Amino acid sequence: MKICITSQGKDLESEIDPKFGRCKYFIFYDTETNQYEVVENPWREASKGAGTQAAQFVASKGTKILITGKVGPSAERVIISAGIKIVEAKGKVIDAINKVKKEIK
Amino acid sequence: MIISVASGKGGTGKTTVAVSLALSIENSQIIDCDVEEPNVHLFLNPEIKEKIKVKTLIPEVDKNKCNYCGYCSQICVYNALAVLKFNSTGDVLLFPHLCHGCGGCILLCPERAMNQGYREIGEITIGYKENVEFVEGKLNISEVLAPKVIEKAKSFIKPDKIAIIDAPPGTTCPTVSAIKGSDFCLLVTEPTPFGLHDLELAYEVTKALKLPSGVVINKSEDDKIIEDFCKKNNLPILMKIPFKREIAELYSKGVPLVVAMPKYKEKFQKLITLIKDFKK
Repeated sequence: MKICITSQGKDLESEIDPKFGRCKYFIFYDTETNQYEVVENPWREASKGAGTQAAQFVASKGTKILITGKVGPSAERVIISAGIKIVEAKGKVIDAINKVKKEIK
Repeated sequence: MIISVASGKGGTGKTTVAVSLALSIENSQIIDCDVEEPNVHLFLNPEIKEKIKVKTLIPEVDKNKCNYCGYCSQICVYNALAVLKFNSTGDVLLFPHLCHGCGGCILLCPERAMNQGYREIGEITIGYKENVEFVEGKLNISEVLAPKVIEKAKSFIKPDKIAIIDAPPGTTCPTVSAIKGSDFCLLVTEPTPFGLHDLELAYEVTKALKLPSGVVINKSEDDKIIEDFCKKNNLPILMKIPFKREIAELYSKGVPLVVAMPKYKEKFQKLITLIKDFKK
């Protein structure tokens, strides 16, 4: 299963970015292979509507669970329409991944 | 002839000047373009004749034609569209408050799956007070497209009348939309550091729009800072309204200056003459 985590840095030891649409990085983590991909958020500096585009992007990647701080109302509409589960979390990216992995087992 | 009344700073007296000017001349129209908080009606108490809805273009998706390619979302610079593609179907989500109604998605959809739809964002009110025609633009609460409502209000300007535009404060898009295309821009200011600072900004806007302009000093007392600026920039000071409790009280009761103090009528008529001369 693919999980997306908003991250302040490029590795799994980084802190979760509390903002969704304007986060620094998206980390896409595959729970079956334990591989991950890091993508810098191109909408971070968008004047408006960062959330709608970030959500569309996260959905296009086949994400099933999104781990982040807070999702704004526009982005939330897209995330829910795409059937993605939102998990609000703080702390390190790796800890949140491990917690979600335990829960889905 | 179109005369716009603007200021950088809010609360300098734009509405006081605009209303009194409209009431002092024959054959005038007053256009309240401060669509986020129109207040001319409080002073004029016009008899309302007509209300017209202001609508903006939005895309409507034809789900039978859409193949969820996502092109509309890619080209939308306002990020107002999100397209989701599932296995055999999908979804197009529009965020109306982000959409500027440019129509790009409708025009460029490869499948021609976008149709023209409309969404209400404001209202124009038309009325009369004696010989003064009143036009007010009002933006609905939570909407942001002030320029669309302003442009609609300005479409009721009649070329054979003298139209007085009460512009919104500031120097952003709504102000530019309001004063653009006028023959003369009156900049109302007050002799305070804030008044001067924002007059400088507003004057820059009139220069960029190539509008002839002049200054009205309201709450006039010691006007040196404004006078120095005007002198330096060759900007005429066309009128002064003194800083008096009596005038402030009239405003607080919603009584136009020229109604309570008819001697001001002559001053405003002189102001119009000065503006007309300036045009020549």
